[in-house]
Amino acid sequence: MSDNLREQLLLLPAYFQGHLLLTLAAISMGVLISVPLGVWAEQSARVKRPLLAVVSIIQTFPSLAILALVVALLGGRIGFLPAFIALTLYSMLPIVRNTVTGLESVSASVIDAAKGIGMSPNQILREVKLPLAMPVIVAGIRTAMVWTVGLATLSTLVGATSFGNYIFTGLQTRNLVAVMVGSFASASLAVGLDGLVASMQWLLEKRSEAVDSARLKRIRLSVYGVTAIIVSLALYGLIPKPRADFVVAGKPFTEQYIMAGLLAQELEEAGFSVEQRLGMGTAVVYEAIRNGTVDVYVEYTGTVWANFMSRESNPGREGIRSGVVEFLEEQNVTTLGFTGFQNRYALAMRRDRALELGVTSIEDLIPIAAELSAGSDLEFFGRTEWFRLRDLYNMDFADKLTFDTSLMYTAVAERQVDVISAYTTDGRVAAYDLLLLDDPRNALLAYDAMILASENAAAQPKFVQVLDSLVDSISDEAMRQANRLVDVDGESISVALEYLGDEMAKN
Amino acid sequence: MALIMIELKNVQKSYDGGATLAVANTSLTIERGEFLGLIGASGCGKTTTLKMINRLEEPSSGEILVNDRNVVDQNPEQLRRNIGYVFQGIGLFPHRTVAENVAAVPRLLQWSAGDIRARCEECMEMVGLPFDEYGDRSPSQLSGGQQQRIGVARALAARPEVVLMDEPFGALDPITRSELQEEFKSIQQNMALTVVMVTHDMTEALLLADRIAVMREGVVLQIGTPKELLNNPSHDYVRDIVAMPRRRAQRLEELMRNE
Ligand SMILES: Nc1ncnc2c1ncn2[C@@H]1O[C@H](COP(=O)(O)OP(=O)(O)OP(=O)(O)O)[C@@H](O)[C@H]1O
Ligand SMILES: [Mg+2]
Repeated sequence: MSDNLREQLLLLPAYFQGHLLLTLAAISMGVLISVPLGVWAEQSARVKRPLLAVVSIIQTFPSLAILALVVALLGGRIGFLPAFIALTLYSMLPIVRNTVTGLESVSASVIDAAKGIGMSPNQILREVKLPLAMPVIVAGIRTAMVWTVGLATLSTLVGATSFGNYIFTGLQTRNLVAVMVGSFASASLAVGLDGLVASMQWLLEKRSEAVDSARLKRIRLSVYGVTAIIVSLALYGLIPKPRADFVVAGKPFTEQYIMAGLLAQELEEAGFSVEQRLGMGTAVVYEAIRNGTVDVYVEYTGTVWANFMSRESNPGREGIRSGVVEFLEEQNVTTLGFTGFQNRYALAMRRDRALELGVTSIEDLIPIAAELSAGSDLEFFGRTEWFRLRDLYNMDFADKLTFDTSLMYTAVAERQVDVISAYTTDGRVAAYDLLLLDDPRNALLAYDAMILASENAAAQPKFVQVLDSLVDSISDEAMRQANRLVDVDGESISVALEYLGDEMAKN
Repeated sequence: MALIMIELKNVQKSYDGGATLAVANTSLTIERGEFLGLIGASGCGKTTTLKMINRLEEPSSGEILVNDRNVVDQNPEQLRRNIGYVFQGIGLFPHRTVAENVAAVPRLLQWSAGDIRARCEECMEMVGLPFDEYGDRSPSQLSGGQQQRIGVARALAARPEVVLMDEPFGALDPITRSELQEEFKSIQQNMALTVVMVTHDMTEALLLADRIAVMREGVVLQIGTPKELLNNPSHDYVRDIVAMPRRRAQRLEELMRNE
């Protein structure tokens, strides 16, 4: 077994448990809310249409948007709760709809007979309609369950542990083994839980058979056994674990995984216990450090300047630095220091292509841009930086294509586009021998990496002192090499950490 | 004890806000222990009349007394538990066993488990489907006729004084049908049941009923003993419908003679 696979499998218990708890909790809550709502809707036409409309609309929201909305509504709270609420909302449509359909499909003559022999409306519901609608309701629950297991992988982005940790980390660090393990685990869980519910339903239907065959008994016993194990596994996650001293967070790309690992490593070496929340969205992790659910992570000055301060100007590297630190101070976020490297956007071309066109700076592109095609990540062409660049240099490209980051590099390497919006510390810049173009008119922002700490963590002298060792310790080149080890050479994060450790020791 | 068990006073029932008149201004009395046949063409209001007696439908006007008490003064569920009902669509509970179906009303009345079991066996025996063989089956595992017999057993299970039957023997073959008719007639007589039975089959009505009510388009044209109807029909329609079995018998005889 490869080291990589072994490393991934070691994470399985924690991820499995997080995923299971999230899924079961959301589905149980979904059933508790949706079945009564469905019953209510079936009894009142006035409730039915608006209710079905609302749950359908929830379903049409992109799942990521729902997650982000719930986080925002909870005042920036991250972790289990927002993921649980979002998944519960998502599970409602199939359960409500199938409950209504199931109840409506109970034959009128049977209901008439139930009424005619003197059952009360309540008895009719409990003893006739619900049992007869049960197969349809259970089918709805099974649909919801399969969806929820799949969607739960997204909850990684709001800081809840799930198999999504495998998938997002793997996608960003080009660790296909991790992606495969995560996808396979998630799919297996979906199939397993679905099978479990199916067999429970089967047993329920067999309940009325008077004589238990030995086989039926055996099946019943194993279904109960498996259910008990699964539920206790999920519940085990509810036992409050001793809270780690500090929560280290990161966003979903390689450099962030490396930096989070570095922060965690330093703190652990100093004797602190650390919990890592990796792969979180930018807005989510920023909100979390403000409210203290995250204690430390690495952010970039340009991101704070453009995204959180909504500034459109570019006062230069120093101007941004001081403006950002001051702003963060007001937000109760402490800047422990700058790490020394800068990961900004830069326009980049294949070196041979640049040579051929005689390009070394963006100014050289002005006369020929109208014949070139450009590629960017999902964001760049929508950022004010791009608009400023376009205006300052008074040029635009013939084609502008957006790609997933790794595909963007492939596109320029394979000459499908001429220019891309590269990241300056990206290992692929060197690997594909790309030339970063100068920006003499200062259109692009500076993105100094800085260590941000929550108010609470920053108040602890030892914590500040430990992380002080990372200030001004990593050069652009060192970071680029570390990223390259993961993104290009396919090494694990720990190899990159080792490399950075050696580099830092040299200085 | 009142001599009259069921009394309809000027009962009228319309649907769709008066657009459909299902039952028009009907008055009739049914004595304790009497077997009344209710006959008439499809859609003439037979089922509606039956349903009003146990409040499955509420009359638009008029009043109905059962056992001298106005039905609207009674809790509808209590009323229905004390009146056996055999449904036109049978209406067995498909998710319950045959035995559980028969036990439905006693269970609602909270009889003891032992009493329920004993009564189930008794009623199933009565309709010719022994408990041991059929009790654990699901209704879907019975033939249409067997389901109908279980419908009758369910109606009788709680020993009601009044039984309302909506075409209870419709799906039976002629032999089983006449067996069950005789069986039921003797049960009715032994237990002095008050029965209102809807039927399309005049022969059945003539053989079983003490009196027959002939309905047409929501109106009871005539009510009387079979003899009265045969000898003194009030309308041509009554004469035609009552004479039907005899006419058919004559036709059969002619056929036999011509062979
Ligand atoms: N719920 C209802 N809404 C509207 N009209 C109804 C309703 N129930 C019955 N009717 C109408 O009332 C009339 C009498 O119906 P009813 O069911 O009593 O007929 P029936 O004599 O039992 O007929 P059949 O022999 O076919 O069972 C019919 O014209 C029927 O269409
Ligand atoms: Mg009818």
